[in-house]
Amino acid sequence: MPPTPSAEHLDGVPVGRTATVVSVACERPTARRLMELGLLPGTRVTVVRIAPMGCPMELRVRDSSLSIRRAEAAGVAVQLLPVSGDLRKAAS
Amino acid sequence: MSRVRVLLAGNPNAGKTTLFNRLTGSTARVGNYPGVTVECSAGTLRLADGLSVELMDLPGTYSLSARSPEERVAVDALFARGEAQPAAVVVVVDATALTRNLYLALQLLETGVPVVVALNMMDAARKTGLAIDHEALSQALGAQVVPISAARGEGLDVLRGQIATCLGNPGERSAPSVAYPASVEDAVAVVSPAVADFQPDASAGSRRALALWALLSLGDDELVGVPSRLRDATAAARATALERATDLDQAIIAARYAWLDAAVTRSVLQPAKNERSFTDKVDAVLLHRFAGVAVFVLVMYVVFETLFSWSAPMTELIEAGVGAAQELVQRSLPPGSLRDLLENGVVAGVGNVVVFVPQIALLFLLLGFLEDSGYLARVAFLIDRVMARVGLHGKAFVPLLSGNACAIPAVMATRTIETRRDRIATMLAVPLMSCSARLPVYVLVIATVFSSDERVLGIFSQGALVLFAMYAVSVLATLSAAAVLRRTVLKGPRPALVLELPPYRLPEWRTLLRSTWERVRSFLVDAGTVILALTIVLWALLTYPKSDEVAARHEAERVAAASIADTGEREARMTAIDDSESGEQIRNSAAGRFGLALEPVLEPLGFDWRIGVGIIGAFAAREVFVGTLAVVFGIASGEDDPVPVSDALASATHSDGRKLMTPLAGLSLMLFFVFACQCMSTIAVVRRESGSWRWPVLMFTYMTVLAYVVSFSVYQLGSLMGWGLT
Repeated sequence: MPPTPSAEHLDGVPVGRTATVVSVACERPTARRLMELGLLPGTRVTVVRIAPMGCPMELRVRDSSLSIRRAEAAGVAVQLLPVSGDLRKAAS
Repeated sequence: MSRVRVLLAGNPNAGKTTLFNRLTGSTARVGNYPGVTVECSAGTLRLADGLSVELMDLPGTYSLSARSPEERVAVDALFARGEAQPAAVVVVVDATALTRNLYLALQLLETGVPVVVALNMMDAARKTGLAIDHEALSQALGAQVVPISAARGEGLDVLRGQIATCLGNPGERSAPSVAYPASVEDAVAVVSPAVADFQPDASAGSRRALALWALLSLGDDELVGVPSRLRDATAAARATALERATDLDQAIIAARYAWLDAAVTRSVLQPAKNERSFTDKVDAVLLHRFAGVAVFVLVMYVVFETLFSWSAPMTELIEAGVGAAQELVQRSLPPGSLRDLLENGVVAGVGNVVVFVPQIALLFLLLGFLEDSGYLARVAFLIDRVMARVGLHGKAFVPLLSGNACAIPAVMATRTIETRRDRIATMLAVPLMSCSARLPVYVLVIATVFSSDERVLGIFSQGALVLFAMYAVSVLATLSAAAVLRRTVLKGPRPALVLELPPYRLPEWRTLLRSTWERVRSFLVDAGTVILALTIVLWALLTYPKSDEVAARHEAERVAAASIADTGEREARMTAIDDSESGEQIRNSAAGRFGLALEPVLEPLGFDWRIGVGIIGAFAAREVFVGTLAVVFGIASGEDDPVPVSDALASATHSDGRKLMTPLAGLSLMLFFVFACQCMSTIAVVRRESGSWRWPVLMFTYMTVLAYVVSFSVYQLGSLMGWGLT
């Protein structure tokens, strides 16, 4: 896990931006749950909002909204998509 | 011959409960799975031609990898461990989140069990412009797909017909041809032979599905009853994959999603436009940094008020009814042990049970509404940061808040928490919250030893400040207890908060009312019987043995008093004799003697035997402390009014003439009530909800020890420093 949030990990993706998942390297139960919910390498994920107290964050993945804590999001490596990309459509 | 069993599976929030209620009508019964605290409903599903089968509602799960007890139950039922093989599985799929919902369906199809897919939420899907060719989907999946709307009752006859057709063609289905990579196939080949131990008479298809299940589920699980050969084979296969730098979990799940994506692409004629626009708009307010927090506070206030004060008229009505029933018993039976047993044992016991019903019903109506509408997940989202600090789940907030009113509904409310470890930790910490039954005790003690005139810093009255301190201590204690429990007896991997924020939906009233009634019913039947039995035992302890000498002496006094000419004076004298007799009898009772025997233990806390008897009596319900003290002090007729009790307490002394209720002793007594598990109903309900006596025993022990240690320390330290002795 990176010591600070970075754009290369899900916890560093700004609100409203979409990214493509590169790898899911959380603890096994978390990683498996996230992948089973459709957050797999290659999937697009949008950061919808962050809870008022700064954690957890809301994600849009494959037509559904998921909430995960920052610590877990830090284990998900992503590649940020350019702003022009369609934010809403998190197509597989 | 056992009945044909059909399982109902589906993701949480897919509308499974609504469909179950629609299909089974009034035949549904809720029960617990043996050994785990997971509930399941079963009911009769009537199909055409007079055919009826048993429909069993599985817990909502996203997948079959057995992490939580809920998923484990689903897996056990599906692979028919120790039970009859299900004849078919109906899987409820939310059409608005199709691919993710179909993941579970695919896992089910892989086992070879006959599956019917109920494509739910079709009305919501149509509104967003989503168009699905259900026949194409059916072809892709190799199972019948029936579009329905459970909430509106659409498509249910077709669904019944398809279930009947499916049952008419028994036997194993061919599994979908998911293209797993070579690494997965190699691992399956290693694990498959070991699966035979787990399920000897499984078919080839089901063995393969079980091998995949083992590869995904075993390794970091806490499952019991898995043969070691299967564990070893799984570990070996995973190790081999790791050497080749392959993550088997990801390989399996990714292959399934690739297959599903292809199937969905073929069946979706038109994708949804802006599928969550309504939910997005609502969330923009409800999850807003300021507005969202304001709404959150308001909603939580409503929950609290409902429990704390809005349920009061109904509770008072029940109490009045119990009082009337007791009076009826008193009038229709001659005085004696039987009347006493009925009046103060049985009727009071039933009252002790029924009195919780308004709070339980109201809380579950509210909670059901919040959960089914989708807001409860937002509550967890908003407050998780705070709860995570003490190692609890965001969903623990509502039960903890409810605990400020009453622990009984609060403990029951922990059901919304998914993982068992979090649920038990919350359950064991909730009774430390200062419930409303502690208030009369605080008020009595504060009225006795603290002056309401004396001001601290010129504005706060001493009494109010002490009362506030009690609540603050209880909140701190609750959170600390949860944190300690999660790090000790309930130690485990920090659960990840992977929470779905489902679209907002209007809850269905029938489902709400039914689930509320089920909660009330299970409380009455399971916890109620224990509470009733304990009330009778406690009554007997406070009543027997009776002293004939005391009775005879008071009878003689009554005879003497009967000659008093003035009616008012005579009646006052008679009441005084009755009160004095009750007081002497309770001292002679088992509980009285026990209190006396406890005195050496209670002395270091600043209590005497009378307080001890009060504490024993308060086990029925904390507020009973005031009434029991009234009896002990021989002023039973004043038990509804705390003032005489307060006066009696204020003038009471130890046997050596020292004042009993010094401010320090009062503080010690209040702290004892903050921490002690003085409530048999809480114990009964924790037993009911945790499924074993182990947790209530642990809870009672830790709370009693904590109460003793805190009161002891405060009283001894205070005495040493000379604080509050006069």
